[in-house]
Amino acid sequence: MGEPRGTQGLLDGFPILPSCVGKRVVFMGDDTWKDLFPGAFSQAFFFPSFNVRDLHTVDNGILEHLYPTMDGGEWDVLIAHFLGVDHCGHKHGPHHPEMAKKLSQMDQVIQGLVDRVENDTLLVVAGDHGMTMNGDHGGDSELEVSAALFLYSPTALFPSAPPEEPEVIPQVSLVPTLALLLGLPIPFGNIGEVMAELFSGGENSQPHSSALAQATALHLNAQQVSRFLHTYSAAAQDLKDKELHQLQNLFSKASADYQWLLQSPQQAEATQQTVIAELQQFLRGARTMCIESWARFSLVRMVGGAAILAAACFLCLLASQWATSPGFPFCPLLLIPVAGGLGGAVVYVGLVATIGLRLDLVLLGAVAAMCSLLTFLWKARAAWGSRKPLATLLPLPGSVRLFLLIRLAAFFSDSFVVADARATPFLLDSFILLLVAQLHWEGQLLSPKLLTVPRLGSSSSTGLPRYSGAYALRLGVGLLLCTRLAGLFHRCPEETPACHSSPWLSPLASMVDGRAKNLWYGACVVALLALLAAVRLWLHRYGNLKSPEPPMLFVRWGLPLMALGTAAYWALASGADEIPPRLRALVAGASVVLPRAVAGLAVSGLMLLLWKPVTVLVKAGTGAPRTRTVLTPFSGPPTTQADLDYVVPQIYRHMQEEFRGRLERTKSQGPLTVAAYQLGSVYSAAMVTALTLLAFPLLLLHAERISLVFLLLFLQSFLLLHLLAAGIPITTLGPFTVPWQAVSAWALMATQTFYSTGHQPVFPAIHWHAAFVGFPDGHGSSTWLPALLVGANTFASHLLFAVGCPLLLLWPFLCESQGLQKRQQPPGNEAEARIRPEEQEQPLMEMRLRDAPHHFNAALLQLGLKYLFVLGVQILACALAASILRRHLMVWKVFAPKFIFEALGFIVSSVGLLQGITLVMRVDGAVSSWFKQLVLAQQR
Amino acid sequence: MKDTDIKKLLYAHLLCIFSIILSVLIPPLFLENFSILETHLTWLCICSGVVTAVNLVLYLVVKPNTSSKRSSLSHKVTRVLKCCIYFLMSCFIFHVIFVLYGAPLIELVLETFLFAVILSTFTTVPCLCLLGPRLKAWLRVFSRNGVTSIWENSLQITTISSLVGAWLGAFPIPLDWERPWQVWPISCTLGATFGYVAGLLISPLWIYWNRKQLSYKNN
Repeated sequence: MGEPRGTQGLLDGFPILPSCVGKRVVFMGDDTWKDLFPGAFSQAFFFPSFNVRDLHTVDNGILEHLYPTMDGGEWDVLIAHFLGVDHCGHKHGPHHPEMAKKLSQMDQVIQGLVDRVENDTLLVVAGDHGMTMNGDHGGDSELEVSAALFLYSPTALFPSAPPEEPEVIPQVSLVPTLALLLGLPIPFGNIGEVMAELFSGGENSQPHSSALAQATALHLNAQQVSRFLHTYSAAAQDLKDKELHQLQNLFSKASADYQWLLQSPQQAEATQQTVIAELQQFLRGARTMCIESWARFSLVRMVGGAAILAAACFLCLLASQWATSPGFPFCPLLLIPVAGGLGGAVVYVGLVATIGLRLDLVLLGAVAAMCSLLTFLWKARAAWGSRKPLATLLPLPGSVRLFLLIRLAAFFSDSFVVADARATPFLLDSFILLLVAQLHWEGQLLSPKLLTVPRLGSSSSTGLPRYSGAYALRLGVGLLLCTRLAGLFHRCPEETPACHSSPWLSPLASMVDGRAKNLWYGACVVALLALLAAVRLWLHRYGNLKSPEPPMLFVRWGLPLMALGTAAYWALASGADEIPPRLRALVAGASVVLPRAVAGLAVSGLMLLLWKPVTVLVKAGTGAPRTRTVLTPFSGPPTTQADLDYVVPQIYRHMQEEFRGRLERTKSQGPLTVAAYQLGSVYSAAMVTALTLLAFPLLLLHAERISLVFLLLFLQSFLLLHLLAAGIPITTLGPFTVPWQAVSAWALMATQTFYSTGHQPVFPAIHWHAAFVGFPDGHGSSTWLPALLVGANTFASHLLFAVGCPLLLLWPFLCESQGLQKRQQPPGNEAEARIRPEEQEQPLMEMRLRDAPHHFNAALLQLGLKYLFVLGVQILACALAASILRRHLMVWKVFAPKFIFEALGFIVSSVGLLQGITLVMRVDGAVSSWFKQLVLAQQR
Repeated sequence: MKDTDIKKLLYAHLLCIFSIILSVLIPPLFLENFSILETHLTWLCICSGVVTAVNLVLYLVVKPNTSSKRSSLSHKVTRVLKCCIYFLMSCFIFHVIFVLYGAPLIELVLETFLFAVILSTFTTVPCLCLLGPRLKAWLRVFSRNGVTSIWENSLQITTISSLVGAWLGAFPIPLDWERPWQVWPISCTLGATFGYVAGLLISPLWIYWNRKQLSYKNN
């Protein structure tokens, strides 16, 4: 309950000021001040204020010390911050007997103070906020922002009796008033106006001199405000030039009048009043201008932005539904909106140029986006609206709709945004369990034999379970476990007594205990090796590791090198203090070179992958003569059993389809045999390699122990992909679709990983140290490189998951081989295998996608659009939350940072998604040219 | 299926609800300082015990599953023992799931475990009463087209609604209302209880409204 937060502007630096010029400031009360103004007080009595139910600790503590301190006289400024009334309001509300007790206690306190205050002392009783009828505050309602101000001094303050209806004074005016009364300079950033009456010198003074004193105080104040406006308008452009100019004129006039007043002091009272009025007018005008400019929200732009976002989400949804339907007009639907957007932009620029307004880039972008959206929707409506009603185009499954709704609603509550790091794993776990439960409900989890009721056979035999026993259940439990373990690396948005960040997020170098440090270092290296081994094992399992292509050579030799570099860098970074001095230069050099070397290796690996993405092993030979076919699958004695498993006989069909004409011409040439392995996993192998190569430099940007989270990340996505694949039946010959469940779970997992890598959507939680990885001495004047490094650190999970998104489409095909193997192994299933002889063939796996290239492209497009939709709806909700709750107390602390982080994450995700899809397309193109080359080679 | 069956089901469920209400109202007469929120664990134990007892009594009186073929004493004893083991197993499994969901591992172990116990009481105990300690039958009931009687159907509904209630109960925890019931696991146990009561109320009504569509082949 940091109470003084509402008064930040009022208090900013104020209590420090007196102590700087040698005044003794004594404080008693709320211990929040201790952290806000450390070392500002000559004497302080802090009392714990956190517990809102505790009405008395702070107040009684103050009362114990207040009068003795006052009488002791060792002070120039005494601040007593009573908190009981505020806590009482929160706990009981304004109409409670407790409140009456508390208020009468405060009355007694004021009475006591009034009795003791001496003639040269001013008693200021101020509340920093009011309260609603429930006793809460933080909003901007009249009840909440009005508070009482009571000034008392035994010397008469006011020349005349105070007015019946007291004046309303802005809270910002307290600072200049108190500063001048204490004989201090007014703080530079102040825009308040001194309370002129307090400077009149009391009823004894002459009206003439009192007016002069008021004018002097106001003039000092006006000078300060004018200086501030001058400096501010030079640095920022958001003040309106015209108004600024008017104010400056007003100030010069008032200043001139004031100088004239000083030179000829015997002026009429009217002149003095004019000067005072002018100065006050200037101060009020400046304040109004600043408030208008600083607390200005462009509602039109908010609504416009939200509308564009919503329309784009709608577009994604529509297009993702249409993409897989036959005859989807890709080209016109792409080109026309682009043309529309460009046209709109050109028209806007022309309009602006003719009218002569300033070109606003934001508006330009909005106009272009709106035009392209409208043309798309218009085109889409023309093409499809007549045939299908809209309702059938929005088939989000119930579970996904529920989870998305919960997630979107959570963005509107500051508590949930703050607790998002806990809520996301909760939702992810629920989603996973729901998936498992759904699989069971549909009868896909268990073999029908287990379900003893005979009539159940009818429903189960159609959707044959591809996995025996509790396979999906095991996957689900494994996922839950991984999520929970990753949740151990939790960072709080703010350190509060209720929340402690995980100690494992700090770098190893900050650890004191050498033994624990070594153990942790060992664990991190083990995690690194495990990650490496897992990727190699996976590639080995699908056979791609055997390929002699450069990317696989890189995986064999370059990846271990990268792991070695990372481990060495960690060793240097964590043990930097224990190095003998003569090696220091060497170590400094190594800590510059090693991270750059790892990053360079990763980049070169990615380049290799893009250059030669087809990782297959070709074996050619003069096999058994065939009369009818030119190419036959490898059928001789295989070197290993694994070889046999990955023979893909489909080459034949492909080449027959693609080059039928050419083949017919060359049919007479000699019989040839070619065997290609690992063609069934060629896409995923490239994806997994790319993800690993990406993960290593990102891992290097994090603290050492986050490597465990990266290992968990890979494990988790592996398990999730398997679980999702268990629920998707393999479609032969398309159209291929990725279910919404898969996409939403993937997006949820990306968010969860964002949190479990020690991030939070608040600015203090950004890992700035990432900017110094590989650049221990800073970057000089360059800003984009550190920004890139910090951005890569912050949005690492967004990037990895977006790039890995196409795996959602590919994985079910990969699992085909697994399912078949499993089915062939148990002897009991032989009968079933005999029924489906076509399944006895080697699995086609990902080559099924190549069988229907049109459907493959459509599925990729659909996948991307679905992912963008799920992310886009979230950012839409964030934007709406930040704009609707723009007057909320927590908007700058919670909603606005959340929106900024989500927006940046969305951009990173979109770029990553594009790159992932590009990689798949590149592999696709390479596979095509590979086939072509193969055919040409055979013909020669 | 007859209307008398549904009526029987309704009365049985009303008895269960009544027992839960009694578990709130009766203890203050005997225990000092008893309230659901302040002495939450005591209430959990009492509620769990009462609901288990009522379920057992109902099972013995109504005997919804008529397929008790063998009735030798040793068979009965092993059956009871098996039921106890199943109940304990389900408590531990629920506990593990809560921890995996984010419940603290070391702190509040007793609270978490008692939450597992009360959730087991609302879900496992009726299953044990109705289906006996046969996992296959449980798996059958909780799959599409798996139910064979209105009792199993109502079991499905109450179990799922208890679980959903417990799940929904976790939602108020992060909110900053500072109410005493927002503390783990009070909101979840209350959610599970409300879910169970709602399931008990809904299931007879739902079966009554859908009695035309429902056809249990084994009846």
